[in-house]
Amino acid sequence: MHIVVCVKQVPDTKIIKINPKTNTLDRRSAPAILNPYDAHAVQEAVKIKKALGNGTISVLSMGPPQAVAVIKKSIEIGADRGFLISDRAFAGADTLATSYALSKALERISKDMPVDLVICGKHAIDGDTGQVGPGIARRLDIPPVTNVIEVAEVNESEKTILIKRKITDGYELIQAQIPCLLTVEKEINSIEYSPMPNMIKAARYEPVIWSVNDLEEVDRTQLGLKGSPTIVGKMFTPPKPEGGKRLEGNADEQIQQLIELLNDKKELFAGK
Amino acid sequence: MMDEYRGVWVFIEQNDGKIEGVSLELLGAGRKLADKLEVPLSGVLLGYEIKSLSREVIAYGADQVYVIDHEVMKDYRTESYMKAVINLAEKYKPEIFLYGATSNGKDLASAVATDLSTGLTADTTMLDVEVEKRLLEASRPAFGGNIMATILCKKHRPQMATVRPKVMKAMDPDPDRHGEVIEEPITLKEDEMRTKVIKIVKDVTKKVNLAEAHVVVAGGKGMGDLQNFQLIHELADTIGATVGGTRDVVEAGWLPHEQQVGQTGETITPKIYFAIGISGAIQHVVGMKNSEFIIAINKDPQAPIFDVATYGIVGDALEIVPKLIKEFKEARERGGEMSYV
Repeated sequence: MHIVVCVKQVPDTKIIKINPKTNTLDRRSAPAILNPYDAHAVQEAVKIKKALGNGTISVLSMGPPQAVAVIKKSIEIGADRGFLISDRAFAGADTLATSYALSKALERISKDMPVDLVICGKHAIDGDTGQVGPGIARRLDIPPVTNVIEVAEVNESEKTILIKRKITDGYELIQAQIPCLLTVEKEINSIEYSPMPNMIKAARYEPVIWSVNDLEEVDRTQLGLKGSPTIVGKMFTPPKPEGGKRLEGNADEQIQQLIELLNDKKELFAGK
Repeated sequence: MMDEYRGVWVFIEQNDGKIEGVSLELLGAGRKLADKLEVPLSGVLLGYEIKSLSREVIAYGADQVYVIDHEVMKDYRTESYMKAVINLAEKYKPEIFLYGATSNGKDLASAVATDLSTGLTADTTMLDVEVEKRLLEASRPAFGGNIMATILCKKHRPQMATVRPKVMKAMDPDPDRHGEVIEEPITLKEDEMRTKVIKIVKDVTKKVNLAEAHVVVAGGKGMGDLQNFQLIHELADTIGATVGGTRDVVEAGWLPHEQQVGQTGETITPKIYFAIGISGAIQHVVGMKNSEFIIAINKDPQAPIFDVATYGIVGDALEIVPKLIKEFKEARERGGEMSYV
């Protein structure tokens, strides 16, 4: 079983700041981290490999050279090897161009070792789109199963996988043929403490770095900014809604006012 | 080439023969876009034994409904739905195509956009159209900050977007509206499918249903720690409300994910919303701003939550919330005159 996990380096959006004058993102303000959903994707691959007792876990990322850090982090969690595609030709890619570049890298990886399973995080916390995973599946012509909360069974001889997929009010139990692509939710597992040998391996690990020239049969017009149909037209602060009335006085006085206001709004509480 | 593309489409998501609310909301939003562009609005309805739902789609604003009613479409699967939708889009060439930003809507739209080699904007919260250039302006919160980005797709058609539930308004249904139902054939066969839905399990035990809650008490990282956060639960218990929280709170492990309000959590429209120790980042605000009555309690007088709040209290939640709880409890004990539960 060869599992490829797609990972992304993202700014930690919990810490990131916006420059209020220019309305742009101050990337220096936030540390770069492994996208949290992708960490769960790597952990799940480790879990599957352990359950099967065999297999290889490769991680794949696209990004600037410093994105090797998230591959090292994935090695620490338990991946066996890593690939980074890094080239100016990939820069400025939207989700369509990103899924194209990653699918070309996946084709290259699968030449040496056929890929059985691709796992991605549900979405990246800096873009929140969740579009790249299904896009990759489509380009590789394998079935995607998104929002996975449990991998119940992997049957290597039958080439099937049994998955729980989260839906609005419960879950679906899905059987998919292998190869397929999964995108995972956080509740699928908890990130385990990395064993010392993994940490040592990660520290010394040098991932394979490919430029666009290392990929085969690439249509360059589908890469990067050129291959991205969407553009950011403008940025704006959202219009301020009505409201914004402040209550006056000290804490006790404000609470009294609030209680009175809510008393007038009793029908809101009751209006079921 | 792009001139061949005309009309606004909405993917109609149905589950168990019931149309999802977001699809009806999108018909309302799509109606406005179609009127501006002077083109028809069409619904795309897929499933099994669902043809009768096309009446509802028309009542909510569509001029046409494309229906594929076939056993192979019974359960949502990316493969079958994607192929059907791609065929329709290639045949009829819509210029704008909207989907609800639900698990299935996002999944489907991503696959369709890939095949049609077109742009897709995720989790849109505002929609407009530039009539002259026939450009869809799909705006969404960006960069984890208080900023919106308008995404355009200038050179590819259809222009596609997924739209958050509960941010657009559905029209009042008109059962007398006229529309055309166009039944489309399908050639997909079950044995070509690589995924099977073995069973669907509805979680009836799910205790927290934020989407349906009438009164929500939500806390943010301003509560400080998990122990202080218990005050949020206590206030909610006192007044019979459901507990919600921000992404930070969920990531800190103070609340499970299904109680997250905002862009990557639930979008909610309760009657009363308490935002306590919540600064009001745009991601959170898009999730709760359509609440009827918003009360914000925050130490920081500059917190953007105060711009959204119907009433704001500047103060320390750790001081104010216990007093509120006491007041509510007393009110409840007095009975009748102020019973909130």
